[in-house]
Amino acid sequence: MRQRTPLELAGAHPGPPFTVTVDGHETAALPGQTVAAVLWSAGITSWRSTRGSGAPRGVFCGIGVCFDCLVTVNDRPNQRACLVQVASGDAIRTQEGVGHDGLG
Amino acid sequence: MSKRLTCDVVVIGAGMVGAACALYLARAGLATLVLDRGPVAGGTTGAGEGNLLVSDKEPGPELDLALLSTRLWYDLAAEPGMGGSVEFEAKGGIVVASDAAGMAALTAFAAGQRAAGVEAEVVDAGRLAELEPHLTPGLAGGVRYPQDCQVMPSLAAAQVVRAARRAGAELRTGTAVTDILCAPDGSVRGVRTAGHGDIHAPAVVNAAGTWGAEVAALAGVTLPVLPRRGFVLVTEPLPPGTVRHKVYAADYVADVASGDAGLQSSAVVESTAAGPVLIGASRERVGFDRTFSLPVVRRLAAQATALFPMLAGVHAMRGYLGFRPYMPDHLPAVGADPRAPGLYHACGHEGAGIGLAVGTGHLIAQSLTGRRPELDLAPFRPDRFEEDGQ
Repeated sequence: MRQRTPLELAGAHPGPPFTVTVDGHETAALPGQTVAAVLWSAGITSWRSTRGSGAPRGVFCGIGVCFDCLVTVNDRPNQRACLVQVASGDAIRTQEGVGHDGLG
Repeated sequence: MSKRLTCDVVVIGAGMVGAACALYLARAGLATLVLDRGPVAGGTTGAGEGNLLVSDKEPGPELDLALLSTRLWYDLAAEPGMGGSVEFEAKGGIVVASDAAGMAALTAFAAGQRAAGVEAEVVDAGRLAELEPHLTPGLAGGVRYPQDCQVMPSLAAAQVVRAARRAGAELRTGTAVTDILCAPDGSVRGVRTAGHGDIHAPAVVNAAGTWGAEVAALAGVTLPVLPRRGFVLVTEPLPPGTVRHKVYAADYVADVASGDAGLQSSAVVESTAAGPVLIGASRERVGFDRTFSLPVVRRLAAQATALFPMLAGVHAMRGYLGFRPYMPDHLPAVGADPRAPGLYHACGHEGAGIGLAVGTGHLIAQSLTGRRPELDLAPFRPDRFEEDGQ
Protein backbone atom coordinates (compact mmCIF):
# COMPACT_ATOMS: atom_id res chain seq x y z
CA MET A 1 0.00 0.00 0.00
CA ARG A 2 1.31 3.41 -0.92
CA GLN A 3 2.02 5.46 2.17
CA ARG A 4 -0.20 8.51 2.43
CA THR A 5 1.74 11.61 3.42
CA PRO A 6 1.13 15.32 2.92
CA LEU A 7 4.69 15.83 1.61
CA GLU A 8 3.61 16.27 -2.00
CA LEU A 9 0.71 18.55 -1.20
CA ALA A 10 2.95 20.75 0.91
CA GLY A 11 5.71 20.75 -1.69
CA ALA A 12 8.09 19.61 1.03
CA HIS A 13 11.62 18.46 0.28
CA PRO A 14 12.77 16.89 3.53
CA GLY A 15 16.35 15.82 4.13
CA PRO A 16 17.39 12.17 4.01
CA PRO A 17 15.37 9.77 6.13
CA PHE A 18 16.75 8.07 9.23
CA THR A 19 15.54 5.40 11.60
CA VAL A 20 14.14 5.47 15.11
CA THR A 21 12.84 2.55 17.15
CA VAL A 22 9.24 2.12 18.26
CA ASP A 23 9.09 -0.45 21.09
CA GLY A 24 12.32 -1.85 19.68
CA HIS A 25 11.21 -2.03 16.04
CA GLU A 26 13.16 0.06 13.52
CA THR A 27 10.89 2.63 11.90
CA ALA A 28 11.62 5.19 9.17
CA ALA A 29 11.43 8.89 10.04
CA LEU A 30 12.06 12.19 8.27
CA PRO A 31 13.81 15.25 9.67
CA GLY A 32 11.31 17.69 11.18
CA GLN A 33 8.68 15.09 11.96
CA THR A 34 7.17 14.89 15.38
CA VAL A 35 6.98 11.60 17.24
CA ALA A 36 3.24 11.58 16.53
CA ALA A 37 3.84 12.00 12.79
CA VAL A 38 6.29 9.08 12.79
CA LEU A 39 3.84 6.89 14.69
CA TRP A 40 0.92 7.82 12.43
CA SER A 41 3.06 7.24 9.33
CA ALA A 42 3.75 3.77 10.67
CA GLY A 43 0.02 3.17 11.11
CA ILE A 44 0.15 3.42 14.90
CA THR A 45 -2.70 5.52 16.33
CA SER A 46 -2.59 4.56 20.00
CA TRP A 47 0.51 4.41 22.20
CA ARG A 48 -0.55 5.01 25.76
CA SER A 49 -3.06 3.59 28.22
CA THR A 50 -4.72 5.82 30.79
CA ARG A 51 -3.69 5.48 34.43
CA GLY A 52 -7.21 4.87 35.67
CA SER A 53 -9.02 2.48 33.35
CA GLY A 54 -6.20 1.56 30.96
CA ALA A 55 -8.09 3.02 27.97
CA PRO A 56 -6.04 3.54 24.77
CA ARG A 57 -4.81 7.05 23.89
CA GLY A 58 -3.06 8.73 20.97
CA VAL A 59 -3.20 12.21 19.47
CA PHE A 60 -6.26 14.21 20.47
CA CYS A 61 -5.59 17.94 20.13
CA GLY A 62 -2.32 17.68 18.24
CA ILE A 63 -1.15 21.08 19.47
CA GLY A 64 0.36 20.37 22.90
CA VAL A 65 -2.59 21.32 25.04
CA CYS A 66 -4.43 18.15 26.02
CA PHE A 67 -1.55 15.92 27.22
CA ASP A 68 -3.35 12.88 25.78
CA CYS A 69 -0.57 11.76 23.41
CA LEU A 70 2.05 11.12 26.10
CA VAL A 71 4.86 8.77 25.15
CA THR A 72 8.27 7.74 26.47
CA VAL A 73 11.17 9.02 24.37
CA ASN A 74 14.74 7.99 25.23
CA ASP A 75 13.57 6.86 28.69
CA ARG A 76 11.86 10.19 29.45
CA PRO A 77 8.18 9.47 30.09
CA ASN A 78 5.22 11.77 29.46
CA GLN A 79 6.62 13.53 26.39
CA ARG A 80 3.93 15.03 24.18
CA ALA A 81 4.24 13.09 20.92
CA CYS A 82 2.63 15.96 19.00
CA LEU A 83 5.38 18.41 20.00
CA VAL A 84 8.62 16.43 20.30
CA GLN A 85 10.67 16.26 17.10
CA VAL A 86 12.42 13.00 16.38
CA ALA A 87 16.17 12.61 15.97
CA SER A 88 18.06 9.72 14.46
CA GLY A 89 18.21 6.72 16.77
CA ASP A 90 15.48 7.91 19.16
CA ALA A 91 13.99 5.11 21.25
CA ILE A 92 10.22 5.65 21.36
CA ARG A 93 8.28 3.49 23.79
CA THR A 94 4.57 3.12 24.39
CA GLN A 95 3.62 3.97 27.89
CA GLU A 96 1.32 2.53 30.52
CA GLY A 97 -0.13 4.62 33.31
CA VAL A 98 1.97 7.46 34.67
CA GLY A 99 5.16 6.19 33.04
CA HIS A 100 7.09 6.44 36.30
CA ASP A 101 6.94 2.81 37.38
CA GLY A 102 10.22 3.14 39.25
CA LEU A 103 8.62 5.50 41.76
CA GLY A 104 5.94 4.85 44.33
CA MET B 1 -43.28 45.08 40.80
CA SER B 2 -41.12 42.34 42.15
CA LYS B 3 -41.32 41.15 45.71
CA ARG B 4 -38.96 42.80 48.10
CA LEU B 5 -36.04 40.46 48.77
CA THR B 6 -35.24 39.70 52.36
CA CYS B 7 -33.31 37.09 54.28
CA ASP B 8 -31.68 36.67 57.69
CA VAL B 9 -28.09 36.96 56.54
CA VAL B 10 -26.20 37.72 53.35
CA VAL B 11 -22.78 36.09 52.92
CA ILE B 12 -20.56 37.96 50.47
CA GLY B 13 -18.13 35.54 48.84
CA ALA B 14 -18.53 31.94 47.64
CA GLY B 15 -15.01 30.80 48.35
CA MET B 16 -14.22 28.18 50.98
CA VAL B 17 -14.85 30.56 53.90
CA GLY B 18 -18.13 31.90 52.50
CA ALA B 19 -19.24 28.34 51.78
CA ALA B 20 -18.48 27.24 55.35
CA CYS B 21 -20.22 30.29 56.84
CA ALA B 22 -23.29 29.54 54.71
CA LEU B 23 -23.30 25.91 55.81
CA TYR B 24 -23.21 26.59 59.53
CA LEU B 25 -25.57 29.57 59.28
CA ALA B 26 -28.13 27.59 57.29
CA ARG B 27 -27.84 24.66 59.67
CA ALA B 28 -28.40 27.05 62.56
CA GLY B 29 -31.76 27.82 60.94
CA LEU B 30 -31.04 31.21 59.40
CA ALA B 31 -32.34 32.11 55.93
CA THR B 32 -28.96 32.51 54.24
CA LEU B 33 -28.12 34.02 50.87
CA VAL B 34 -24.61 33.64 49.41
CA LEU B 35 -23.53 36.15 46.79
CA ASP B 36 -20.38 36.18 44.70
CA ARG B 37 -19.47 38.48 41.86
CA GLY B 38 -17.80 35.49 40.14
CA PRO B 39 -18.27 31.74 40.41
CA VAL B 40 -17.89 29.44 43.43
CA ALA B 41 -14.18 29.17 44.33
CA GLY B 42 -13.29 31.80 41.74
CA GLY B 43 -10.76 33.68 43.88
CA THR B 44 -8.11 32.47 46.29
CA THR B 45 -9.89 29.17 47.00
CA GLY B 46 -9.33 28.04 43.43
CA ALA B 47 -5.68 29.05 43.46
CA GLY B 48 -4.22 27.27 46.48
CA GLU B 49 -3.31 23.79 47.63
CA GLY B 50 -5.97 22.74 50.13
CA ASN B 51 -3.85 22.54 53.23
CA LEU B 52 -5.50 21.86 56.57
CA LEU B 53 -2.43 22.41 58.71
CA VAL B 54 -1.79 22.60 62.41
CA SER B 55 1.94 21.96 61.93
CA ASP B 56 2.87 25.47 60.79
CA LYS B 57 1.11 27.33 63.59
CA GLU B 58 2.66 28.43 66.85
CA PRO B 59 0.59 28.22 70.04
CA GLY B 60 -1.96 31.03 70.08
CA PRO B 61 -5.34 32.00 68.67
CA GLU B 62 -4.65 30.83 65.11
CA LEU B 63 -3.62 27.38 66.35
CA ASP B 64 -6.76 27.21 68.50
CA LEU B 65 -8.82 28.02 65.41
CA ALA B 66 -6.89 25.40 63.43
CA LEU B 67 -7.50 22.71 66.05
CA LEU B 68 -11.22 23.55 66.16
CA SER B 69 -11.29 23.48 62.35
CA THR B 70 -9.49 20.15 62.18
CA ARG B 71 -12.14 18.60 64.40
CA LEU B 72 -14.92 20.11 62.28
CA TRP B 73 -13.28 18.96 59.03
CA TYR B 74 -13.21 15.40 60.38
CA ASP B 75 -16.92 15.68 61.23
CA LEU B 76 -17.71 17.12 57.80
CA ALA B 77 -15.64 14.51 55.97
CA ALA B 78 -17.54 11.79 57.83
CA GLU B 79 -20.90 12.99 56.46
CA PRO B 80 -22.32 10.73 53.74
CA GLY B 81 -20.67 11.37 50.38
CA MET B 82 -18.60 14.31 51.62
CA GLY B 83 -15.11 13.00 52.41
CA GLY B 84 -14.50 11.30 49.09
CA SER B 85 -16.05 14.05 46.99
CA VAL B 86 -13.75 16.71 48.44
CA GLU B 87 -10.69 14.39 48.33
CA PHE B 88 -10.26 14.64 52.09
CA GLU B 89 -7.05 12.89 53.10
CA ALA B 90 -5.84 12.65 56.70
CA LYS B 91 -2.34 12.04 55.44
CA GLY B 92 -0.40 13.92 58.10
CA GLY B 93 2.42 16.38 57.63
CA ILE B 94 6.16 16.06 58.00
CA VAL B 95 8.38 19.06 58.61
CA VAL B 96 12.05 18.38 57.96
CA ALA B 97 15.25 20.06 59.15
CA SER B 98 18.44 19.93 57.16
CA ASP B 99 20.94 20.37 60.01
CA ALA B 100 21.30 19.92 63.76
CA ALA B 101 20.56 23.57 64.57
CA GLY B 102 17.40 23.50 62.49
CA MET B 103 16.37 20.23 64.13
CA ALA B 104 16.87 21.70 67.61
CA ALA B 105 14.70 24.71 66.72
CA LEU B 106 12.05 22.48 65.17
CA THR B 107 12.01 20.16 68.20
CA ALA B 108 11.54 23.13 70.54
CA PHE B 109 8.77 24.52 68.32
CA ALA B 110 7.01 21.14 68.34
CA ALA B 111 7.26 20.91 72.14
CA GLY B 112 5.39 24.19 72.45
CA GLN B 113 2.75 22.99 70.01
CA ARG B 114 2.32 19.71 71.91
CA ALA B 115 1.60 21.67 75.06
CA ALA B 116 -1.15 23.45 73.11
CA GLY B 117 -2.81 20.21 72.01
CA VAL B 118 -1.02 19.36 68.78
CA GLU B 119 0.08 15.80 68.08
CA ALA B 120 3.74 16.05 67.09
CA GLU B 121 6.20 13.18 66.90
CA VAL B 122 9.92 13.88 66.55
CA VAL B 123 11.40 11.48 64.01
CA ASP B 124 15.07 10.74 63.37
CA ALA B 125 16.67 10.48 59.96
CA GLY B 126 16.16 6.71 59.77
CA ARG B 127 12.44 6.89 60.51
CA LEU B 128 12.15 9.80 58.08
CA ALA B 129 13.42 7.56 55.27
CA GLU B 130 10.79 4.94 56.16
CA LEU B 131 7.99 7.50 56.18
CA GLU B 132 9.07 9.18 52.93
CA PRO B 133 11.38 6.90 50.93
CA HIS B 134 12.16 9.50 48.27
CA LEU B 135 13.31 12.24 50.65
CA THR B 136 16.89 13.34 50.21
CA PRO B 137 19.28 11.41 52.43
CA GLY B 138 21.28 13.37 54.96
CA LEU B 139 18.46 15.36 56.56
CA ALA B 140 18.89 15.85 60.29
CA GLY B 141 15.36 14.68 61.06
CA GLY B 142 11.85 15.99 61.26
CA VAL B 143 8.57 16.18 63.09
CA ARG B 144 5.49 14.25 62.03
CA TYR B 145 2.10 15.91 62.51
CA PRO B 146 -0.66 13.29 62.14
CA GLN B 147 -3.43 15.93 62.32
CA ASP B 148 -2.44 17.68 59.09
CA CYS B 149 -4.98 16.95 56.37
CA GLN B 150 -5.73 17.90 52.80
CA VAL B 151 -8.75 18.59 50.62
CA MET B 152 -9.13 19.61 46.99
CA PRO B 153 -10.17 23.21 47.64
CA SER B 154 -12.43 23.93 44.66
CA LEU B 155 -14.32 20.68 45.19
CA ALA B 156 -14.49 21.39 48.91
CA ALA B 157 -16.04 24.84 48.39
CA ALA B 158 -18.49 23.45 45.81
CA GLN B 159 -19.54 20.52 47.99
CA VAL B 160 -19.89 22.65 51.12
CA VAL B 161 -22.01 25.17 49.16
CA ARG B 162 -24.11 22.23 47.98
CA ALA B 163 -24.53 21.03 51.57
CA ALA B 164 -25.48 24.58 52.60
CA ARG B 165 -28.14 24.68 49.88
CA ARG B 166 -29.51 21.35 51.08
CA ALA B 167 -29.81 23.04 54.49
CA GLY B 168 -31.82 25.84 52.88
CA ALA B 169 -29.20 28.41 51.84
CA GLU B 170 -29.53 30.17 48.50
CA LEU B 171 -26.62 30.88 46.15
CA ARG B 172 -26.31 33.60 43.54
CA THR B 173 -23.10 33.68 41.56
CA GLY B 174 -22.27 36.42 39.08
CA THR B 175 -23.85 38.90 41.47
CA ALA B 176 -21.61 41.74 42.57
CA VAL B 177 -22.38 43.64 45.74
CA THR B 178 -22.10 47.31 44.88
CA ASP B 179 -23.03 48.76 48.27
CA ILE B 180 -23.85 47.81 51.82
CA LEU B 181 -27.05 49.45 52.98
CA CYS B 182 -26.74 51.16 56.36
CA ALA B 183 -29.18 52.90 58.66
CA PRO B 184 -28.35 56.43 59.87
CA ASP B 185 -26.83 54.94 63.04
CA GLY B 186 -24.39 52.90 60.90
CA SER B 187 -26.06 49.54 61.41
CA VAL B 188 -26.32 47.22 58.43
CA ARG B 189 -29.65 46.81 56.63
CA GLY B 190 -28.67 44.71 53.63
CA VAL B 191 -26.79 44.93 50.36
CA ARG B 192 -27.23 46.51 46.95
CA THR B 193 -26.40 44.20 44.06
CA ALA B 194 -25.65 44.76 40.42
CA GLY B 195 -28.19 42.27 39.12
CA HIS B 196 -30.74 41.65 41.84
CA GLY B 197 -31.40 45.09 43.27
CA ASP B 198 -31.48 45.61 47.02
CA ILE B 199 -31.54 42.64 49.37
CA HIS B 200 -32.62 43.44 52.90
CA ALA B 201 -31.05 41.59 55.79
CA PRO B 202 -30.13 42.49 59.35
CA ALA B 203 -26.73 40.79 59.02
CA VAL B 204 -24.02 40.70 56.36
CA VAL B 205 -20.94 38.45 56.48
CA ASN B 206 -17.84 39.68 54.69
CA ALA B 207 -16.26 36.49 53.36
CA ALA B 208 -14.63 38.21 50.41
CA GLY B 209 -11.16 36.92 51.24
CA THR B 210 -8.39 38.98 49.67
CA TRP B 211 -11.03 41.48 48.54
CA GLY B 212 -12.40 41.83 52.07
CA ALA B 213 -11.05 45.38 52.43
CA GLU B 214 -13.24 46.54 49.54
CA VAL B 215 -16.34 45.00 51.09
CA ALA B 216 -15.53 46.53 54.48
CA ALA B 217 -15.17 49.93 52.80
CA LEU B 218 -18.72 49.61 51.42
CA ALA B 219 -19.89 49.65 55.04
CA GLY B 220 -17.64 52.60 55.84
CA VAL B 221 -15.09 50.65 57.90
CA THR B 222 -11.47 49.82 57.25
CA LEU B 223 -10.04 46.32 57.31
CA PRO B 224 -6.37 46.04 56.30
CA VAL B 225 -6.52 42.94 54.08
CA LEU B 226 -3.72 42.94 51.51
CA PRO B 227 -2.92 40.49 48.70
CA ARG B 228 0.11 38.25 49.22
CA ARG B 229 0.98 36.46 45.99
CA GLY B 230 1.85 32.79 45.95
CA PHE B 231 2.84 30.39 43.16
CA VAL B 232 2.18 26.66 42.93
CA LEU B 233 3.77 24.22 40.48
CA VAL B 234 1.91 21.13 39.28
CA THR B 235 3.86 18.06 38.19
CA GLU B 236 2.83 15.29 35.86
CA PRO B 237 0.94 12.49 37.66
CA LEU B 238 3.12 10.17 39.75
CA PRO B 239 2.32 6.73 41.14
CA PRO B 240 0.46 6.60 44.47
CA GLY B 241 2.87 6.52 47.38
CA THR B 242 5.64 8.56 45.75
CA VAL B 243 5.03 11.44 48.18
CA ARG B 244 2.99 10.25 51.14
CA HIS B 245 2.58 13.21 53.50
CA LYS B 246 2.55 16.95 53.24
CA VAL B 247 6.28 17.53 53.40
CA TYR B 248 7.92 20.85 53.90
CA ALA B 249 11.10 22.43 55.13
CA ALA B 250 11.18 24.06 58.55
CA ASP B 251 11.90 27.45 56.91
CA TYR B 252 8.27 27.54 55.76
CA VAL B 253 7.06 28.44 59.25
CA ALA B 254 9.33 31.49 59.32
CA ASP B 255 8.20 32.51 55.83
CA VAL B 256 4.54 32.39 56.80
CA ALA B 257 5.19 34.51 59.89
CA SER B 258 7.23 37.09 58.00
CA GLY B 259 5.88 40.59 57.51
CA ASP B 260 8.45 41.37 54.82
CA ALA B 261 6.94 42.41 51.48
CA GLY B 262 9.81 40.78 49.55
CA LEU B 263 9.84 37.27 48.21
CA GLN B 264 9.95 34.31 50.59
CA SER B 265 9.83 30.78 49.34
CA SER B 266 10.27 27.31 50.78
CA ALA B 267 9.21 23.99 49.38
CA VAL B 268 5.90 22.49 50.42
CA VAL B 269 5.39 19.20 48.58
CA GLU B 270 2.29 17.02 48.51
CA SER B 271 0.64 14.56 46.19
CA THR B 272 -3.00 14.84 45.16
CA ALA B 273 -5.68 12.20 44.72
CA ALA B 274 -5.52 12.77 40.96
CA GLY B 275 -1.78 11.96 40.81
CA PRO B 276 0.04 15.25 40.25
CA VAL B 277 2.31 16.56 42.99
CA LEU B 278 1.82 20.18 44.05
CA ILE B 279 4.86 22.29 44.88
CA GLY B 280 4.41 25.52 46.84
CA ALA B 281 4.93 27.91 48.45
CA SER B 282 6.11 31.38 47.66
CA ARG B 283 4.92 34.56 49.28
CA GLU B 284 5.44 38.15 48.18
CA ARG B 285 3.44 41.34 48.47
CA VAL B 286 3.27 42.85 45.01
CA GLY B 287 -0.38 43.96 44.93
CA PHE B 288 -2.71 42.20 42.52
CA ASP B 289 0.03 41.64 39.93
CA ARG B 290 -0.86 38.52 37.91
CA THR B 291 2.42 38.43 35.98
CA PHE B 292 3.82 34.91 35.96
CA SER B 293 7.28 34.87 37.49
CA LEU B 294 9.68 32.28 36.11
CA PRO B 295 12.39 33.11 38.71
CA VAL B 296 9.94 32.37 41.54
CA VAL B 297 8.77 29.01 40.20
CA ARG B 298 12.35 28.10 39.29
CA ARG B 299 13.30 28.69 42.92
CA LEU B 300 10.36 26.58 44.10
CA ALA B 301 11.39 23.78 41.75
CA ALA B 302 14.98 23.91 43.02
CA GLN B 303 13.85 23.84 46.67
CA ALA B 304 11.46 20.94 46.01
CA THR B 305 14.16 19.01 44.18
CA ALA B 306 16.52 19.56 47.11
CA LEU B 307 13.93 17.81 49.34
CA PHE B 308 12.95 15.12 46.80
CA PRO B 309 15.82 14.54 44.34
CA MET B 310 13.62 12.27 42.18
CA LEU B 311 11.57 15.36 41.22
CA ALA B 312 14.49 16.39 39.00
CA GLY B 313 13.31 13.72 36.56
CA VAL B 314 9.67 14.78 36.73
CA HIS B 315 8.04 17.44 34.56
CA ALA B 316 6.15 20.41 35.91
CA MET B 317 3.06 20.51 33.68
CA ARG B 318 1.85 23.91 34.73
CA GLY B 319 1.90 26.51 37.44
CA TYR B 320 -0.61 28.94 38.88
CA LEU B 321 -0.73 31.87 41.24
CA GLY B 322 -3.14 33.15 43.80
CA PHE B 323 -3.54 36.07 46.17
CA ARG B 324 -3.64 35.08 49.84
CA PRO B 325 -5.51 37.53 52.06
CA TYR B 326 -2.72 38.92 54.23
CA MET B 327 -3.35 40.65 57.54
CA PRO B 328 -0.57 42.66 59.24
CA ASP B 329 -0.67 40.42 62.34
CA HIS B 330 -1.33 37.17 60.43
CA LEU B 331 -4.65 36.62 62.17
CA PRO B 332 -7.98 36.61 60.32
CA ALA B 333 -10.85 38.95 61.09
CA VAL B 334 -13.64 36.82 62.54
CA GLY B 335 -16.74 38.12 64.23
CA ALA B 336 -18.98 41.14 64.65
CA ASP B 337 -17.73 44.59 63.71
CA PRO B 338 -18.69 47.03 66.49
CA ARG B 339 -18.23 49.95 64.08
CA ALA B 340 -21.09 48.71 61.88
CA PRO B 341 -23.63 46.68 63.87
CA GLY B 342 -24.85 43.72 61.80
CA LEU B 343 -21.62 43.46 59.83
CA TYR B 344 -19.54 40.36 60.47
CA HIS B 345 -16.15 39.58 59.02
CA ALA B 346 -14.80 36.19 58.05
CA CYS B 347 -11.73 36.96 55.98
CA GLY B 348 -7.99 37.54 56.08
CA HIS B 349 -6.91 33.92 56.63
CA GLU B 350 -3.89 34.30 54.34
CA GLY B 351 -2.74 30.87 53.16
CA ALA B 352 -4.67 28.93 55.80
CA GLY B 353 -8.24 29.72 54.76
CA ILE B 354 -9.21 26.31 53.45
CA GLY B 355 -8.37 24.74 56.78
CA LEU B 356 -9.63 27.57 58.99
CA ALA B 357 -12.85 28.05 56.99
CA VAL B 358 -14.95 25.55 58.92
CA GLY B 359 -13.97 26.82 62.35
CA THR B 360 -14.63 30.34 61.12
CA GLY B 361 -18.06 29.43 59.75
CA HIS B 362 -18.94 27.66 62.98
CA LEU B 363 -17.90 30.68 65.11
CA ILE B 364 -19.75 33.12 62.84
CA ALA B 365 -22.92 31.03 63.12
CA GLN B 366 -22.58 30.95 66.91
CA SER B 367 -22.07 34.72 67.05
CA LEU B 368 -24.99 35.42 64.75
CA THR B 369 -27.41 33.24 66.67
CA GLY B 370 -26.56 34.78 70.01
CA ARG B 371 -24.66 31.79 71.35
CA ARG B 372 -21.35 32.01 73.08
CA PRO B 373 -18.63 31.34 70.48
CA GLU B 374 -16.56 28.26 71.22
CA LEU B 375 -13.36 30.33 70.99
CA ASP B 376 -12.64 33.77 72.38
CA LEU B 377 -13.00 36.06 69.35
CA ALA B 378 -11.08 38.97 70.91
CA PRO B 379 -7.81 38.20 69.04
CA PHE B 380 -9.75 38.17 65.75
CA ARG B 381 -11.61 41.46 66.36
CA PRO B 382 -12.00 43.25 63.03
CA ASP B 383 -11.46 46.69 64.59
CA ARG B 384 -8.23 45.73 66.39
CA PHE B 385 -6.08 47.80 64.06
CA GLU B 386 -7.86 51.06 64.92
CA GLU B 387 -5.92 51.28 68.20
CA ASP B 388 -2.62 51.42 66.31
CA GLY B 389 -3.81 54.53 64.56
CA GLN B 390 -4.16 52.67 61.26
